[in-house]
Amino acid sequence: MSLLEIRGLQVTFGGLDALSSLDFHVNDGEIVSVIGPNGAGKTTFFNAISGMVPPTEGEILFDGESVLGLDPNQITEMGIARTFQNVRLFPNMTVVENLMVSQHCRTSQLFVGALFQTKAFKKEEREIRERAEEILAFFGTRLTGYRLDQPAFALSYANRRRLEIARAMATQPRLLLLDEPVAGMNPMETAELTGLIGRLRDEWGFTIVFIEHDMKVVRDVSDRVVVLDHGVPIAEGSYESVSTDPDVIEAYLGRPLESRKDRR
Amino acid sequence: MTATLAPSGSSVALDWRRALLWGGICALSLVSVSLIGLPVGMNKRILIEPVLSLGYLFLLWIPLVFGYVATTVVVLEGVEARKSGVADLLAGLTAGLMGGIGLTLLMVGLDTVNIRKPLVNWSPQLFRLLTFERGLEFGIPVWLGICAGLGLVGAVLHQLPAVARRVMSWVLFGVMAVAILEAVIDDLAEGFHLEWLTDALYYKKGGTEGLTVTSAVVLALVLAALPVVTGGRVKAAVDHYRDAPSEDRRRTSLVLFGAIAVACVGLPMILGGIVNELLANVGLFLLLALGLNIVVGLAGLLDLGYVAFFAVGGYTTSVLTSSNSPFFAPEWHFGIALLFVVVMAAVAGLLIGAPVIRMRGDYLAIVTLGFGEIVRLLFLSDWLKPYFGGSQGITKVNPVDIGPFKVQGSDPRSVFYLVLFFCALAIYVSWRLQGSRLGRAWMATREDEQVAEAMGINTVNAKLMAFVVGATMAAFSGAVLAAKVGSVFPKSFEILVSIIILVVVIVGGMGNIAGVMVGSLVLIGILGGPRQPGLLQEFQSYKLLIYGALLVFMMLKRPEGLVPSARRSRELHQDEYLQDAWLGDEAETEGDQGAPS
Repeated sequence: MSLLEIRGLQVTFGGLDALSSLDFHVNDGEIVSVIGPNGAGKTTFFNAISGMVPPTEGEILFDGESVLGLDPNQITEMGIARTFQNVRLFPNMTVVENLMVSQHCRTSQLFVGALFQTKAFKKEEREIRERAEEILAFFGTRLTGYRLDQPAFALSYANRRRLEIARAMATQPRLLLLDEPVAGMNPMETAELTGLIGRLRDEWGFTIVFIEHDMKVVRDVSDRVVVLDHGVPIAEGSYESVSTDPDVIEAYLGRPLESRKDRR
Repeated sequence: MTATLAPSGSSVALDWRRALLWGGICALSLVSVSLIGLPVGMNKRILIEPVLSLGYLFLLWIPLVFGYVATTVVVLEGVEARKSGVADLLAGLTAGLMGGIGLTLLMVGLDTVNIRKPLVNWSPQLFRLLTFERGLEFGIPVWLGICAGLGLVGAVLHQLPAVARRVMSWVLFGVMAVAILEAVIDDLAEGFHLEWLTDALYYKKGGTEGLTVTSAVVLALVLAALPVVTGGRVKAAVDHYRDAPSEDRRRTSLVLFGAIAVACVGLPMILGGIVNELLANVGLFLLLALGLNIVVGLAGLLDLGYVAFFAVGGYTTSVLTSSNSPFFAPEWHFGIALLFVVVMAAVAGLLIGAPVIRMRGDYLAIVTLGFGEIVRLLFLSDWLKPYFGGSQGITKVNPVDIGPFKVQGSDPRSVFYLVLFFCALAIYVSWRLQGSRLGRAWMATREDEQVAEAMGINTVNAKLMAFVVGATMAAFSGAVLAAKVGSVFPKSFEILVSIIILVVVIVGGMGNIAGVMVGSLVLIGILGGPRQPGLLQEFQSYKLLIYGALLVFMMLKRPEGLVPSARRSRELHQDEYLQDAWLGDEAETEGDQGAPS
């Protein structure tokens, strides 16, 4: 059974259909990339899944349960985590706090534990801190050591992007939605992160859907590619089949001159 | 900007336009301070018998400061600084002189036209004060001379080495503080049996009469000698503390905290009534400020109707413990009433919070402002008069009976201890919650609500909890107020209370417990609360003016507050922090390259 199943999804802003009659599914353990020209509705697609934009029509099933009408935090609790295209960390919280706070829905301590410093409270604090450090260690030494206690705004751009992924990982999801994870990175950083995306599935067991414009990354890591244009899926399949699909080429580059003449 | 363009080597001329501008501002300040009524209002308060009153002090410091400022220039790194010289002294003199001209014009105006109708303080008293009751021909040259002289002194101060400057300002502030705080020092001295000292220090012909000239001189000499004796040891200690590793710093903080706690418990025993009353007021507002600090500082919800919870606490206590409550007077013990105070505060927090919590930023501020007023008007209304007594309020609230003690307004020491208990509780709760799961959720909500939601935080719940915790602290404060005053009136819960608490939190240092403590000590202790007199009782009628001026000054010069939280000062000084972090990184990578890896 597929982990995420979307049927007939439609999102309308005013009179504009940002997404219409979109069918989509992700199997457990798959890496699916969503591509398409600017304004194709890719980010809206993520917003709809994560509950930040209410769909006008359609159905979204996660692990067989509908997520429609749930608040974003409830959806995160069910096991869907996301990153943002324009990095949106908690800039004035430290690196480790960013990860500790995103384990909120996996923890339960409230007033009593904090005020009386109960054993359970201390244990929970220790555990989430350890988990945070474990996740950060996944990115090498860049986010560890003295950086743990630096505010997020002090990080370099690439590190902020890494921290976004780390923060999503800390919510302990089953499905990870990455919105342009390598945007703005240099070729070396891109190559490294490409490897990391593969490892995210192999070592951490996440199922991954990601939006990307960098075709090299898409080619290297995705099991399946879905192409959106004007809110409609126009092609789906392996990278090779999609990249030679005339509809996809047309969406990106426009129609060849001869064919226009033909149609006239 | 001309300074940056000038070729290096040549000395840059003084910017006279700037000096003249400062002079103009100086004149305007003198005139406006006079017309606000500060000199006349404060003239009765003698600081140094018989030469200086607080009223004149308000005029005199202006040319001094502007003389000092007139020659300040921003020196950019890598650009040769202008050599200071006679021109600077002249600039200071000019700035002061222009202030004198401003006062001259004011005096002439006071003498010739009468516009007392719109300007209440355009009065003969002001004229007499400015001319020293000797007419224009005496007043004008004297003020021109005084202002120019003070401007010159200011400019000279600016040229002196920093050490001399520090000693001078320390002496000036010290003497003025001792003179202004006469009432309190008197009160303190009685507690320590040091009456002989105050007798020697002050003129004392009944009431507060200021220092004598001799004692002022002696005091100045003693104060000047102090820095020589300590020899910068204090500064060294502070630096040492700042550079110490975090564990040492933690230990020092704990020791400091312990010392403050011991002082809080012990000192009131020897302090007199005035100081205890003051401290009790400070405590009441500290309690309020700590609650608001959670709502605004941690959760980032700008609540301008915070006074509503203060009122709920006060009225709940009054209804339950007063013998005079109109419809229901069980006359319970304060302790039992407290339980209901908590419940009512939580209910009020939820009732007000639930409808407004989904709003953001400005909308939230405006709506809570409205709710704050609604609560006060409800208590005032005829509709609820049978229950809460309308504008007459509820009187005869029983004193708190704790075994051998009775906490009531006539015994400020007992009130202080009661307040201290609640403050300690509130400080502990704030401190623990800050570093807990809930505190982090509040911070994340403040940073970016949408993302916090996407990261699995139920922001509505988190914000409601902040509201309820803040409401409970405010309600405790209201309960103590009711017991202290022995009555409650709607008048005590005006919107001004909300605003002053917010100012306390902002000026003290938002999001920092120590900052809030310092803020309430400085503002409520020295200036006074909305209806409570502070140390400087003379300023009572100018309190709001000073609050406003202070707030503007703080926003410009130190927006993070007097004692900022590390997080907030980083937020407001991101550039500097980034630069430091970057330089640190560079040093580190250089080190790495040296080591084989």
